[in-house]
Amino acid sequence: MTLSVSLNHRLPGFTLDLSFEAPPGLTALFGRSGAGKTTVVNAVAGLVTPERGRIVADDGVLLDTAAGVNLPPHRRRVGYVFQDARLFPHLTVRQNLLYGRFFAPKGAGADLARIVDLLGIAALLGRRPGALSGGERQRVAIGRAILSNPRMLLLDEPLAALDEARKAEILPYLERLRDELGLPMLYVSHAMSEVARLATTVVLMEAGRVTAAGPTAAILSDPAAATGLGLREAGAVLDARVAAQEADGLTRLETGAGPLWLPQIDARDGALLRLRILAQDVMLATQRPQGVSALNILPATVRDIRIGDGPGALVRLTAGEETILARITRRSVDALGLEAGRPVYAVLKAVSVARENVGQTGQIAR
Amino acid sequence: MTDWLSPEEWQAVALSLRVSAVATAASLPLGILVALALARGRFPGRQVLNGIVHLPLILPPVVTGYLLLLTFGRKGLVGQVLDQWFGVVLAFRWTGAALAAAIMAFPLMVRAIRLAIEAVDPKLEQAAATLGASRPWIFATVTLPMILPGIVAGAILAFAKAMGEFGATITFVSNIPGQTQTLPSAIYSFLQVPGGDAQAARLVMVAVVIAMAALLLSEWVGRAVARRIGGA
Repeated sequence: MTLSVSLNHRLPGFTLDLSFEAPPGLTALFGRSGAGKTTVVNAVAGLVTPERGRIVADDGVLLDTAAGVNLPPHRRRVGYVFQDARLFPHLTVRQNLLYGRFFAPKGAGADLARIVDLLGIAALLGRRPGALSGGERQRVAIGRAILSNPRMLLLDEPLAALDEARKAEILPYLERLRDELGLPMLYVSHAMSEVARLATTVVLMEAGRVTAAGPTAAILSDPAAATGLGLREAGAVLDARVAAQEADGLTRLETGAGPLWLPQIDARDGALLRLRILAQDVMLATQRPQGVSALNILPATVRDIRIGDGPGALVRLTAGEETILARITRRSVDALGLEAGRPVYAVLKAVSVARENVGQTGQIAR
Repeated sequence: MTDWLSPEEWQAVALSLRVSAVATAASLPLGILVALALARGRFPGRQVLNGIVHLPLILPPVVTGYLLLLTFGRKGLVGQVLDQWFGVVLAFRWTGAALAAAIMAFPLMVRAIRLAIEAVDPKLEQAAATLGASRPWIFATVTLPMILPGIVAGAILAFAKAMGEFGATITFVSNIPGQTQTLPSAIYSFLQVPGGDAQAARLVMVAVVIAMAALLLSEWVGRAVARRIGGA
């Protein structure tokens, strides 16, 4: 299902004026706090009525101000996972999960046992929300939204209120939902690591406007978009397949850019992974380095160089079938005589890919 | 209990219980509606409605009783209509005592329920809407269960207030033993005759016991609900 959104709405301080399409899969609305992301999601859910706008899903018009169509929230059939869970305190976990089913069209829809299993919340069914941890609450909230048999799922920074350990606990569940349910998802976030792991499509927002939109791998490795993403967060996304677990604790991965060795990744051989390689972790050399501790040395070609306002530069490389981004200084660009078309070696330390930047996936990001 | 209290005293206690129960039960639906309107409504005249609801709390009870007599008496504006069209007479009947008690207790009831409604997070109601619940369903399945403690507290408070209502009642329906003589009116009457102290004292004890029971009940209900919402 494809969702197309176009909105025009005045907010205190700026005007929301945007349009984008969310194809099947998980579409991330990414931008700084205050860019208007939540307002967009609220407009899709019908909790905010924009001054002008049109929101259409494959199977129906949700909003069309020009035609005077504005479905009330309870008739839009969008599952909404709020940042603050919003479970009903007077109901048990089971009753919370089944709340939306009562109003949903009979018959189709996800089955309670399957969702409970997928989210690992079987042990919580008899409890009340007051007795749950933040991570458990958020998992129940996700299950509750899915079980209302929605046409799509909206997630508004569902991990923002959780600490790192809880985030790490929930991310794999979100990956499973994306790959196994086939339910379109619109995911609001200002954390690049979440977007890189989860998104099929990225929509970049800045002050109420869309600055870039497209497939995750293309947007994240685009130096032009990097300033909107935040330079520290700039980095390319690669698809990888687990090739072997080696005796000294490393995992060998096959990627389109060549083999990579990373610290042990807990996945069976053949599993598909998605890696984010931060631009600031990549070194460049004009000759294959000798006597260097870094394990991963990939031959590549410079595709383009984007000189920043400061001392830095972003270099986009083509390595095999993949794109890699490297953030180096302008001085190094000059010293190495880098220019488009020049063959180089990208050097990456095995330990510099953090745990949170390795995600499981059933799909290919490209 | 029957031999401990004289028939006349027993009659006053029974009448008071009936008047208070009817007053509370009959005014509760209106109380919830008014509390909703005051807590959530955005309409002109909200402050006026608020003022009218609270008026009996501030006016001398005698004045409220007199106004009731003017409005609901046989020759009163509303009383006339009730009498001629429906054959309902309130003045000097126990039903009138219930009306007086209900009006005097109404501000307390509305206040308790309104506070409970204001404490409900509208975000929960939004969540219910995204899950497919229409407004009436949201009220029935989310709002109502969450304000139930406030409704119970308001009802018990109103009941206790109705049990003790004196000024407006005696002005509107007088003090006729067996018909309109409630517990407080009976205590008042016994105190007016020499040697009535013992009877008055017995009724005072009954009044204290009923008031304490109501208070304990509301505490207990409040705790039970809090446990249900907060705990495992």
